[in-house]
Amino acid sequence: MYDAGKILAGLVIFLLLVTTPVWWSFAMGAEVRAPKLVLPEGRRACVLPTGEMKATHMELLNRWRDLAVRHGDRVMTTWDGRKVRRSLTQSCLGCHTDKDKFCDRCHDYVAVTPYCWDCHVAPRGGAS
Amino acid sequence: MRAFQALVIVAVLSGAATLAAGVTAMRPVLGIVLPYLALAVFLAGMVARVVWWARSPVPFKITTVCGQQRSLPFLRRQPLESPFTGWQVVGRMALEILLFRSLFRNTRTELTPRKNLAYQPDKLLWAGALAFHWSFLVIILRHLRLFLEPVPRMVGILESVDGFFQLAVPTFLLTDAVIVAALLYLLARRLFNARVRYVSLAADYLALFLLLGIAGTGIAMRYFWKVDLVSVKELALGLVTLRPVLPEGVGAIFFVHLFLVSVLFAYFPFSKLVHMGGVFLSPTRNMANDNRARRHVNPWNHPVPVHTYEEWEEEFHDKLVACGLPLDKE
Ligand code: HEC
Ligand code: HEC
Ligand code: HEC
Ligand code: HEM
Repeated sequence: MYDAGKILAGLVIFLLLVTTPVWWSFAMGAEVRAPKLVLPEGRRACVLPTGEMKATHMELLNRWRDLAVRHGDRVMTTWDGRKVRRSLTQSCLGCHTDKDKFCDRCHDYVAVTPYCWDCHVAPRGGAS
Repeated sequence: MRAFQALVIVAVLSGAATLAAGVTAMRPVLGIVLPYLALAVFLAGMVARVVWWARSPVPFKITTVCGQQRSLPFLRRQPLESPFTGWQVVGRMALEILLFRSLFRNTRTELTPRKNLAYQPDKLLWAGALAFHWSFLVIILRHLRLFLEPVPRMVGILESVDGFFQLAVPTFLLTDAVIVAALLYLLARRLFNARVRYVSLAADYLALFLLLGIAGTGIAMRYFWKVDLVSVKELALGLVTLRPVLPEGVGAIFFVHLFLVSVLFAYFPFSKLVHMGGVFLSPTRNMANDNRARRHVNPWNHPVPVHTYEEWEEEFHDKLVACGLPLDKE
């Protein structure tokens, strides 16, 4: 074998790179666990069924924004007949009062950084 | 026709995965068993390939050079085009691997309307290949957010650069458009250029269709049929921490994506895609052009019993002296 040393070193680097996810959490000493969310107290349900909310709240927000800002259509009726104002800060954060312990925990977990907060201001208690 | 065969293969695979994803009993297979199998085949296959290449004899130093080699001091030399030392080889390889230097020299041969043979530079293939490979790399690095906990800062930065335009929600990512455009160009090149079509095999199309399928399902999952990413990350982390779990309520499209990725990984070491490892072991690139300074021994050389002039002189020393013949030794 020519250059056995270099080739074996290359293979080891390749294997280490591919298996990064396997040793990463050990190396970082992190606990691998889904984020713990603080859910609103005294409220029964979200504006959509929870399962849908988990996967599609960003699409809902996008729709809300268009309806509210472009069409002035600011009130929605939920599937169980409640009336909710289409507002990021007033509705979403009105129920989910602590952004840090709700939105952010989830978003940090999957490393999404919505840029909405460049303009919109989260109610006090949930800076950043 | 060969393109059609490949398309049918990918369509059947996607269809089968779609059907299987609808059956609860099949989900552990799609979500856990096949990914593990595919990864095992990928790793073992890549290592076996590289070791096999490394063991093959290299009879000659066959560096292909494109510049002035090291020579007389007043001749300007080109260390990256004709490397002499190990570090120069590293530089040359880096250019090759990161920027596809040799593809940059690609030319097209064409008959002009007047039936003259004309060669002209053809940078389009280089640009398309570079666009595809770099967006592929960026996408894989961005996917690390699903596999690493805590997510390294670099991944977030990469994503914010990729989502620079801040269009739409979820943010439109540049690499998603680039990879599809590049793949479609590479496909069109095979389909519409008669000479390239002539040398294209079903396997050439298969790689392209498979990658298009993976990118397509990924993009569909991000922008149209949302899945719950928190559950996906739970599944992905379960796989890599060797404690597999199968969360409820992940959309079927995720399993199609994952299945196509598994197929790609398992197929990788047996296909031309293995050039990912092969490029490092190409003797025309990874050898220094130092033939004049260092002897390269051909391992195939049969051991020949030689009798050198020195030995001969030694043997007949006394007789040569007696005849008064001149000796090299003295
Ligand atoms: C009326 C109060 C209320 C409003 C307004 C509201 N939510 Fe909720 N939300 C809830 C409750 C209560 C739950 C918990 C439901 C459950 O446990 O099934 C919840 C659950 C969720 C979940 C799922 C969390 C999980 O369990 O993983 C998400 C995501 C979410 N909300 C986002 C939003 C967003 C985004 C908005 C604004 C568009 C919003 N919510 C508006 C009350 C509300
Ligand atoms: C460039 C600044 C800016 C950014 C960034 C931004 N918004 Fe807005 N948003 C506005 C303004 C201005 C309004 C209009 C407020 C009004 O008419 O009540 C608005 C209104 C809205 C509304 C409806 C009204 C309300 O009270 O909430 C929604 C919903 C909304 N934005 C969601 C979002 C979401 C989701 C994001 C992130 C993806 C986002 N916005 C990012 C500036 C911004
Ligand atoms: C159950 C976990 C979870 C909770 C809770 C949650 N999100 Fe999200 N959110 C996500 C995930 C996952 C994404 C990324 C989806 C993707 O990339 O496909 C996301 C994406 C978004 C996006 C689009 C970001 C982008 O640029 O792509 C917005 C806006 C958003 N969330 C707003 C909110 C708000 C506001 C809250 C709190 C009221 C919230 N989310 C709570 C999981 C969550
Ligand atoms: C060869 C490897 C892969 C390629 C080329 C690929 C390609 C893509 C592409 C192009 C997207 C569109 C969104 C984006 O760019 O982030 C995507 C999304 C996605 N991929 Fe992959 N993928 C690969 C492997 C995987 C694997 C192994 C998983 C398993 C966990 C996975 C899960 C996902 C998920 C969940 C999304 C949706 C992300 C979102 O909604 O933001 N992918 N993929």
